[in-house]
Amino acid sequence: MLAFALKRLALALLVALTVSIISFSLLRLSGDLAQALAGPSATAADVEAVRKAYGLDQPLWVQYLAWARQALHGDLGTSFFFKEPVAAMIAARLPVTMTLGVSALLFALLVALPLGILAALKPNSWVDRLALTLSVVGQALPSFWFALMLMILFGLKLRWLPISGTASWKSFVMPAIALGYYGMPTFMRLTRAGMMEVLASDYIRTARAKGLRAPAILLKHALRNAIVPVVAVAAVQLGFFLGGSIVIESVFALHGVGYLGWESISRADFPVVQAIVLVLALFYIVLTLLADLLNAFLDPRIRVG
Amino acid sequence: MRGKLAWAAVALGLIAPAAQAGKPDDTLNLAWSAQIENYDQYFNTVREGIVFAREIWDNLVDRDPRTGEYKPLLAKSYRWVDPLTLDFALRQGISFHDGTPFTATDVAYTLNWLADPANKVITQQNVSWIKSVEETGPFAVRIHLKAPFPAALEYLADILPIYPHDYYAKVGPQGMSRHPVGTGPYKVAAAEPGKSFTLLRNDAYFKESPKGRPAIGRIVQRSIAEMPTQIAELMTGSIDWIWQVPADQAEKLRQVPGVTVKSAETMRIGYVGFDAAGRSGATPVKDRRVREAIAHAIDRAAMVKNLVGGDSRVLDAACFPSQFGCTDEGVKRYAYDPALAKTLLAEAGYPNGFDIDIYAYRERPWAEAIIGYLRAVGIRAKLTYLQYAALRDKNWAGTTPLFYMTWGSNSINDVSAILGNFFTGSPDDFARDAQLKSWIETGDTAIDPAVRKANYRQALQRIAEEIYWLPMFSYVANYAFSADLDFSPDADEVPRFYAAHWK
Repeated sequence: MLAFALKRLALALLVALTVSIISFSLLRLSGDLAQALAGPSATAADVEAVRKAYGLDQPLWVQYLAWARQALHGDLGTSFFFKEPVAAMIAARLPVTMTLGVSALLFALLVALPLGILAALKPNSWVDRLALTLSVVGQALPSFWFALMLMILFGLKLRWLPISGTASWKSFVMPAIALGYYGMPTFMRLTRAGMMEVLASDYIRTARAKGLRAPAILLKHALRNAIVPVVAVAAVQLGFFLGGSIVIESVFALHGVGYLGWESISRADFPVVQAIVLVLALFYIVLTLLADLLNAFLDPRIRVG
Repeated sequence: MRGKLAWAAVALGLIAPAAQAGKPDDTLNLAWSAQIENYDQYFNTVREGIVFAREIWDNLVDRDPRTGEYKPLLAKSYRWVDPLTLDFALRQGISFHDGTPFTATDVAYTLNWLADPANKVITQQNVSWIKSVEETGPFAVRIHLKAPFPAALEYLADILPIYPHDYYAKVGPQGMSRHPVGTGPYKVAAAEPGKSFTLLRNDAYFKESPKGRPAIGRIVQRSIAEMPTQIAELMTGSIDWIWQVPADQAEKLRQVPGVTVKSAETMRIGYVGFDAAGRSGATPVKDRRVREAIAHAIDRAAMVKNLVGGDSRVLDAACFPSQFGCTDEGVKRYAYDPALAKTLLAEAGYPNGFDIDIYAYRERPWAEAIIGYLRAVGIRAKLTYLQYAALRDKNWAGTTPLFYMTWGSNSINDVSAILGNFFTGSPDDFARDAQLKSWIETGDTAIDPAVRKANYRQALQRIAEEIYWLPMFSYVANYAFSADLDFSPDADEVPRFYAAHWK
């Protein structure tokens, strides 16, 4: 297990290094950084002074090391647009995106697991058909359209939920559903397939033969094995939710990291874009690593193979 | 498409009239899509920044939006000593929100600080006419001008709020953005750049102010990017006031009970800009015949009728008609004539048209309509759509051959605020026409109004003759708000919430 964990960790670090290099290059490739920092009305001498002051005249690898050192100390630069430290801006918006991502994941799992299990128990029944329909629709619906439909129903007609903002937990219900619904089908299909495979296996037949009650077999013996792929995908999906919440954050006026990233791209605010790419990629890497380790823990075949 | 869903719901009777909103708790809830990057008025470039500034700070004088008359605000009186010297006597007994008394030091400090180019105020045109300001008494100041500048009062009234000296010297633009302090009708309870702000009525606001005393207790603003979300919030009553509603949606909102819709023509004009000077390299639009072809290719009247709507009108001169010096007398007009456009293109050596990049930053559908018209005569324009600040930087770097943009003149009712910004050699100048520049500079500095007008007229005729710009049309702002609210929009596109009250 330890060897496996170390191997995975090394791989994750390698990916993180690659991502940091890509992220670093984003800003350098966006144009002359010294010109951007000095401002459009700066003279050539001003630009040169800035170039020196910020060490932009140094070789690229020296600049990268300096940048990486700062990033490791939590200094991600200053926004061109807001003139504020980027790290503080991201930190202020991260709770919104995290809350949204985690609630979307919870919503997706709460719907997908029971439906997937029921569908596996009664293949080709009406439950199975319903689950299939829901998942096809979930994959096909454009998220902004679905978000607006939710808004009209729960916000305008029924008046149950606030339409935008982050005033209370209620504000996150619709965004979480809109975001989570898109990821739900994957979980459901995985649960269904996993359960069907496991239910057909020998040890389940043995358990039945021993006279164990159906719920015990289902939850204790079958689900634990069937859920392994779901765990792996859940971690990856959470990373996807964190990075992919741009549309949802924009529609529901949630001032999170995704929305900030989207706005920063159209404002050419590269220090912010760079930092967001780095932060979200790191989340993704850590989550994937956790999923791998958790999987290996749950399924010995993985850590041996 | 997205807006239509909401309307379908309205039509089906799914949506009840807007509930009681901000009136019961005396809170006016505003939403707009813009983000104010810095609440310091001198370090943001969005219209909403001016709107915010009017609530928090006061200027030396105020321009009555209806009569155009200048009224003393922080000043008690003013007097032109000579064309280079402007004297102000200041009101006494006014305090900033933090309790410090307002004196001549605040005025002199603020204006001197702004006039120093090293402090990098974003729009230099607004302050570059100030040479220096001296205190001539505890409540008296004298402004020295670099050159005669007849529009000085207009600038002082519109975009030069006065800051508290001690505080601003200590905290600077970033600190002022986080905790803005002024003398205005509202004080700031909370301000998050780009996101939201909360204002409280300044009960100590001086009663002699021509702005009047504020009525509504609290104002809460949120930036909501999507118009459908803003409209849905307005219909449920969580938001009381929105603006820049597209013409088609404004029409439909008129039918929603509990919502009032008002339209007003604004000083903002749309224009197609050309890189006539060739700053971006060898571009086809350097050729006047190509620019003329483009002028004939676009049906501006149809765009006004079908897209802009309201009181918008087609413009031929590069200014807003109410501005001092704006005239279309003798200004060449280019009628919609695609056949002529094709002939001109062929003459210029482009019988099969050409490919070009076009830039825009707002009203994307309008930019796309322009692209459609260009395509009809063979010009294949590819749209790059950016936020304003990003496009402005590209303009200043001179890399944009063709662009659809707008200018609201900072609400300054004087053509110097538009011609002076775009045709006198600034980084925004894509004409680089020395004769044009000299007419405008004469107009900007002459004391005799007749001389000013004559020079501006020549400048406007030249811009049209050479087609440095193709002026498109005036903008219309559509405001939608709770029927509980008594609010009147003004032509200068600065909503004044201090003048609003509940019915």
